[in-house]
Amino acid sequence: MMAAASEEEKIMERPITQIGVLGWIRANLFNSPLNSIITVGLLYFLWKVIPPFVNWFLINSVWSGAPAQCRAADGACWAFIREKIRFILFGFFPYEDQWRPLTSVLILVSILIYSRNRRHWNRRLIYFWALSLAAILILMMGGILGLKPVSYERWGGLPLTLFISIGGIVGAYPLGILLALGRRSKMIAIKTFCIFYIELIRGVPLISVLFMSSVMFPLLLPEGFVVNKLLRAQAAIILFTAPYIAEVVRGGLQAIPRGQYEAAASLSLNYYQTLRRVVLPQALKIIIPPTVNHFVGVVRDSSLLLIIALLDLLNTTKTALTDTRWLGFSTEAYIFAALIYFIICYSMAHYSRRLERELDTREQGSKRRLDG
Amino acid sequence: MSFKSNRINSNVPVWNDPKKRIILIQIGFLLLVTGISLWLFYNIQHNLNKQAIASGFNFLSNTASFEIGESLIEYSSTDSYGRALLVGLLNTLKVSLIGMLLAVIIGIFVGIFRLSTNWLLSKLAGIFVETLRNVPMLLQLFFWYAVVSELLPKLRNALNPMPGVFLSNRGLFLAVPHFHPVYAYMLLSLLLAGCGAWGLSRWARNRQERTGRTFPVLSCSLTLFVALPLLVWTAGGAPLEMDVPRLQGFNFIGGMVVSPEYTALLLGLVLYTGAFIAEIVRAGIQSVNIGQVEAARAIGLKSSLVLRLVVLPQALRVIVPPLTSQMLNLTKNSSLAIAIGYPELVAVANTTINQTGQAIEGVALMMVVYLFFSLLTSLFMNWYNKKIALIES
Amino acid sequence: MADNADKNVMGTHPDKPIIRIIDMHKWFDNFHVLNGINLDVKRGERIVICGPSGSGKSTLIRCINRLEEHHKGQVIVDGIEMTNDLKKIEKIRREVGMVFQQFNLFPHLTILENVTLGPIWAKKLPKAEAEKQAMAYLERVKVAEQAKKYPGQLSGGQQQRVAIARSLCMQPKIMLFDEVTSALDPEMVKEVLDVMIELARAGMTMIVVTHEMGFAKTVAHRVVFMDMGRIIEENTPREFFEHPRHERTRLFLSQILH
Repeated sequence: MMAAASEEEKIMERPITQIGVLGWIRANLFNSPLNSIITVGLLYFLWKVIPPFVNWFLINSVWSGAPAQCRAADGACWAFIREKIRFILFGFFPYEDQWRPLTSVLILVSILIYSRNRRHWNRRLIYFWALSLAAILILMMGGILGLKPVSYERWGGLPLTLFISIGGIVGAYPLGILLALGRRSKMIAIKTFCIFYIELIRGVPLISVLFMSSVMFPLLLPEGFVVNKLLRAQAAIILFTAPYIAEVVRGGLQAIPRGQYEAAASLSLNYYQTLRRVVLPQALKIIIPPTVNHFVGVVRDSSLLLIIALLDLLNTTKTALTDTRWLGFSTEAYIFAALIYFIICYSMAHYSRRLERELDTREQGSKRRLDG
Repeated sequence: MSFKSNRINSNVPVWNDPKKRIILIQIGFLLLVTGISLWLFYNIQHNLNKQAIASGFNFLSNTASFEIGESLIEYSSTDSYGRALLVGLLNTLKVSLIGMLLAVIIGIFVGIFRLSTNWLLSKLAGIFVETLRNVPMLLQLFFWYAVVSELLPKLRNALNPMPGVFLSNRGLFLAVPHFHPVYAYMLLSLLLAGCGAWGLSRWARNRQERTGRTFPVLSCSLTLFVALPLLVWTAGGAPLEMDVPRLQGFNFIGGMVVSPEYTALLLGLVLYTGAFIAEIVRAGIQSVNIGQVEAARAIGLKSSLVLRLVVLPQALRVIVPPLTSQMLNLTKNSSLAIAIGYPELVAVANTTINQTGQAIEGVALMMVVYLFFSLLTSLFMNWYNKKIALIES
Repeated sequence: MADNADKNVMGTHPDKPIIRIIDMHKWFDNFHVLNGINLDVKRGERIVICGPSGSGKSTLIRCINRLEEHHKGQVIVDGIEMTNDLKKIEKIRREVGMVFQQFNLFPHLTILENVTLGPIWAKKLPKAEAEKQAMAYLERVKVAEQAKKYPGQLSGGQQQRVAIARSLCMQPKIMLFDEVTSALDPEMVKEVLDVMIELARAGMTMIVVTHEMGFAKTVAHRVVFMDMGRIIEENTPREFFEHPRHERTRLFLSQILH
């Protein structure tokens, strides 16, 4: 049976019920009896749930006015958010100067967005970060350049959450790298100490470390040596995050094949040079996605600052709810706060997943050869 | 590089000889650590003395003089701090153990839904997971607590969805069966059903090895678990008396109470951890190479067997380690209960610290308990990993 | 193995083709991956399918045991037409064995357990009998001494031979081979091809997707050349290699026979 290639190259179309919208619906929603039942059930459930929610959220909601109007209405009270938004976002920062924390947050968001692009990953990036952090510090603290000094006690809300999270990750890195190297070290004393510290911190809840910092630190420091509350909390977060970063770095170091160390040795590089020039640059690329994941975790954990009475975003939200004129709108307030957290965390998590996929496909070829 | 010749070694200056250098560095390190520890210790002593705070664990036998909202054992403010902490610990266990069970169930279902071929189901599951994972746990706790305490009606107007069940902002009031000896026997019969199921599965496996025929062990075991206690119950006279909660004055009496704090905490923990578990389950199942499934299908195995014999054993290897971490996380996260007033270990310890001023002992106690849980988890994981490790040359 | 040819199973007359593919079409989204395939395979016949990558040859044989679904046309295996009917699909899969490029042995089971999994659970054989059969096939592919080991402990060539034994143990009427030597180191290709040649000599119906043209010359009844989803040319090995008729066939042959 000889099929001639010279027969007309018919462009055959796929049967209509298999392509386009109809095809998609058939393939994804009704592709088996069980799935059809599930689809119908879910659509019914959505039909029952979504319209009332949209009613509450949008249609019947009150966007401006007094508490009385809100209580009279059936829907969400967004007027409450409008009234309280500056407090929720900036805490007790002086009202006229709130452009400063706003600018700080914008600077931070910009540098984060800039850092997303892998093409920007070079030495200049570190300078940009240093500059941004310096600018943020100046804006928040004031005292120079004609800016009114604002004590850290008045920092609060979104800036506090973001800065303590960034501070946490950035501070945890040097310590984490040291711990990771110590854990891999052949020196028993150092290795034991590092393992002990890592396993200790990973086994206890963050709240106990926060308690330790707020309640125990004053006892550990010599008399008269007072460290402000914010710094203590930042230290606690750094101490708590460092072991997790150490594990991430350890994973990255383990992924570097032994051949790299051997090649460096044969070029007569010593321990520190090998580390700095050969191992760490490679490891860093592997550890960025899990680091971003941990950053998301730190942002989530920053909400615990509420428990030691620091005014992070969650605490400002909760405090806003204690206004006696506006009682009973917790749902709206929490939804608003949740939205902010969600936007921050989801975009970072999404980025880390995308990054992981990109880095994965690039390493795929070399990895397979090494597995041999 | 390890020539044993002493002549060569003795000519190398100490700081260039790797072996000697290692020892020197470690000595220096130990000296540094000891030095810092001594300095801290001195500070602690000095500060404690200055503030006239006691030291040591004697405070555990002092009177606590504070009340605790809910407790599994008898407790009043005349009991000791030690007993108060025990109450806190039991409350932690009460919410953690039930939370773990429910979180795993929810996580498994949602994880499987995420992998469903039904786009709607998988997307909804995805929204569930992403929303809960990216909002702080504490915020979710506050939200559920607000729902439970604001949205539910006051006691007088408690919701009554079913006879014997009352929902109010002071808690869930449930009718529970009056104690009757039959229930003890029912528990016994449950254990018997368990043994029966185990025996049945062994007999079925043997029979399959001998003759090749399979036996529906699962359905028979389930029937056993349901039928046996039912039989015992009927034989015992089918007692139906319930202890029904009744509104009297300002409270309900009778029945069982589930506090709003516990409910909110349980809800928050279960949903939050469940979302993470769902991701773990999804990743675990997806980690099994599609080729495995194809090979199993090509042999002619039907889907349920492919899942049971090929996919699940391999998926579980990937699922169990992070799953145990999440179980531990749930226990650690229960410490957030302090923010909504549920008296678990950290909350009670905090009150104790506030009253006695003995911060170091208090925090240390907290940490030791959680470290114990963490150690248990690590031991289990190590045992599990060794047991199921794939054997490769 | 030769007994199967005499048994009158499923009403297939010995002369009627055991596989019939009639005007089969398949799309991946809008990409027309199989375009009007017509192919008949007789019992005991050995077909080699070759062609450039992306021509649809793997997809074609995967349609024969429903690892891929065809959208138009008919696929009839041993008298049973392939539809969405799960029972029919399972019946067909028991008659068709498949060996994969990536071996796909089950890493959590020993070699022996890998081979007995199908007979015990799909054919409901007692364990002792299944193991006896399994050892016989493992001997045939010369891997019997590895029976208690795990796949991770075997070389690629050994694993692939176990994969062949695993399929054979289900006693299929047809064996499909999907580029089974492409993932192997060169020195292990021969041991696998030898097993396949021995299988051929015993009379098994085989459809082999491969680049090993030496194998085609030795053992195939027909060579089928595919390109861009169509069967361009099919002929006996000698005619195919010595007198290719189409331009594309000639181009392909010049690229792989150098």
